[in-house]
Amino acid sequence: MASATTEMTVARARPVETPGPPEQQKKRSVPWLRLIALFIGALVFVFPFYYMVVSALQRNPNPNISGAFPNPASLSLDNFVAINSSINLVRTLLNSGFFTGGVLLGTLVFGGLAGYALAQLHFRGRQALFYTLILLLVLPFQLLMIPLYVLIARNFGLGDTLLGMILPFAINPTAVFIFRQFFMQLPSEMFEAARIDGASELKILTRVVAPLTRPAILTAMLITFIGPWNEFLWPFLITKRLELEPLAVALANYISTVAQRAANPYGTILAGAVVLAVPVVILFLFFQRQFVESSIGSGVKG
Amino acid sequence: MAAAVPARASRTRLRSLLGAQPIGYLFAAPFVLFLVGIYAYPFFYAIYMSFFDYFFSAPGAEVVRPFVGLANYARVLQDPLFHLAIRNVVIFLVINVPLTVAISMVLATALNAAIPLRTFFRAAYYIPYITASVAAVGIWLWLFSGFGLVDKILGPLAPNPSFLINGLWAMPIIALYVTWKGLGFYILVYLAALQTIPKELYEASKVDGASPVSSFFAVTVPGLRPATLLVVITAVITGANFFTEPYLLTGGGGPDNQSVSPVFLIYRFGIEQNHPGYAAAIGLLLAIGVLIVSGINRFVLERD
Repeated sequence: MASATTEMTVARARPVETPGPPEQQKKRSVPWLRLIALFIGALVFVFPFYYMVVSALQRNPNPNISGAFPNPASLSLDNFVAINSSINLVRTLLNSGFFTGGVLLGTLVFGGLAGYALAQLHFRGRQALFYTLILLLVLPFQLLMIPLYVLIARNFGLGDTLLGMILPFAINPTAVFIFRQFFMQLPSEMFEAARIDGASELKILTRVVAPLTRPAILTAMLITFIGPWNEFLWPFLITKRLELEPLAVALANYISTVAQRAANPYGTILAGAVVLAVPVVILFLFFQRQFVESSIGSGVKG
Repeated sequence: MAAAVPARASRTRLRSLLGAQPIGYLFAAPFVLFLVGIYAYPFFYAIYMSFFDYFFSAPGAEVVRPFVGLANYARVLQDPLFHLAIRNVVIFLVINVPLTVAISMVLATALNAAIPLRTFFRAAYYIPYITASVAAVGIWLWLFSGFGLVDKILGPLAPNPSFLINGLWAMPIIALYVTWKGLGFYILVYLAALQTIPKELYEASKVDGASPVSSFFAVTVPGLRPATLLVVITAVITGANFFTEPYLLTGGGGPDNQSVSPVFLIYRFGIEQNHPGYAAAIGLLLAIGVLIVSGINRFVLERD
């Protein structure tokens, strides 16, 4: 409304001969500038992914400019066969899946319980606990990496085990904050009513809260999933046995050992990269809105 | 009945001591245990280790790890590799922070309107952010390999030796890579912050005859200041933390250690060479550095 008034004022101030067109032209020209900027941006962001797929599908990826636009007839899946014979995609994908699945399970069960307790249950020291958690979470991983390695691999003897791989990620703190945020939005009258009816806290959790939690679970799962699936450093430190390597680690080891020997190893590397990247990208395209909202929420809260 | 009264009384006393729903302790316990075990305890363990000539031993073996006081810190501060790693963090930040702030602010502003393909753009920008860095590094290795597309496009302008094996270019390419990968997240942060700038401010500047560009600098940039603080601090933390890039993209901090990062040194000294005390000292110095830089940023960007 206010903007319409402004435009009218501007239009009235102009000479009578050209009442409409300049305003319209200006309106049209601004989005063009925006669109050009956005298109250049999108090209820079998306082209490497297009190039990854196209190169992975060429038996010997062509490094020339024409290689970005190959003849569709010359595309093949040979590189996927080749990477599979080097790093066993099924086994490494399963390992990535177990690692991610363990983190998801821990986060949903224990993170959900903690988020609920921090949002809706009244117990002494709750606020203090919450602020201590926030304080702990600013500790950077690079500082904790060495002591964690000593503790988990050396003292607990959990090197080369799935449990040792999962442990440092077992409960995603961001997901706990998302759960807490979600449970705080639920009206506390609902809980009071259930309590007055004599329901135990456990019953409230399973009968009242759990059925309402689905949207929070989805968001928490999405942001938790990417972490372990993409994680490289920790599983790389903790796994020495080939049978336990997740795909990210296996591909990284392939890159750092094979890349130096082969003349053009990029076809196989990129085939592995496609297999690693595609599940997350598909998940993202399906649940774009949840991803965007949750990352804004977690980012702004810092 | 007679037995129930004292039971109820003691429950009331318990409630006033612990709160209305003490079961909350039970529900929060696993997470508290997790944070103590994975964050708090290792933190103090890192401090402890950094004062010892610590090394790994078989579980249960009796070994002597001599107390060395501040010797680890003194050696780290004199280590030329550590100096190189800090220089690289500085190069990284000088390239990454201004580019990240400028590009994500401009693209978020461009996105913040009813324009066609808005969802497509937003998705396009976000995809590198959610992609595994090992996969994304694979793409960049191919793009910037000596005979790759970028060198082909640049032709005679391409540096020799090529980018990733060139001491002058290795760090800037890592900084560009991290900028590219993270922008999508920062665009979303700015996009959210743009919603908090009152529309009236734009209308007022329009009435004053300001062009879209000058109202961007007069209204948008100052209005986004809190978000910029967040972006800068996050970028500093990222800059202190990179590891996968020097490990994979430049083949182990190469060429000739010109792209080593502090975390890469922590890995090399702490795990490969079995000097975890030394590595813990690097980690602590780095964390203190990040804390100081974040504090300075906060002071500068939140002034007035």
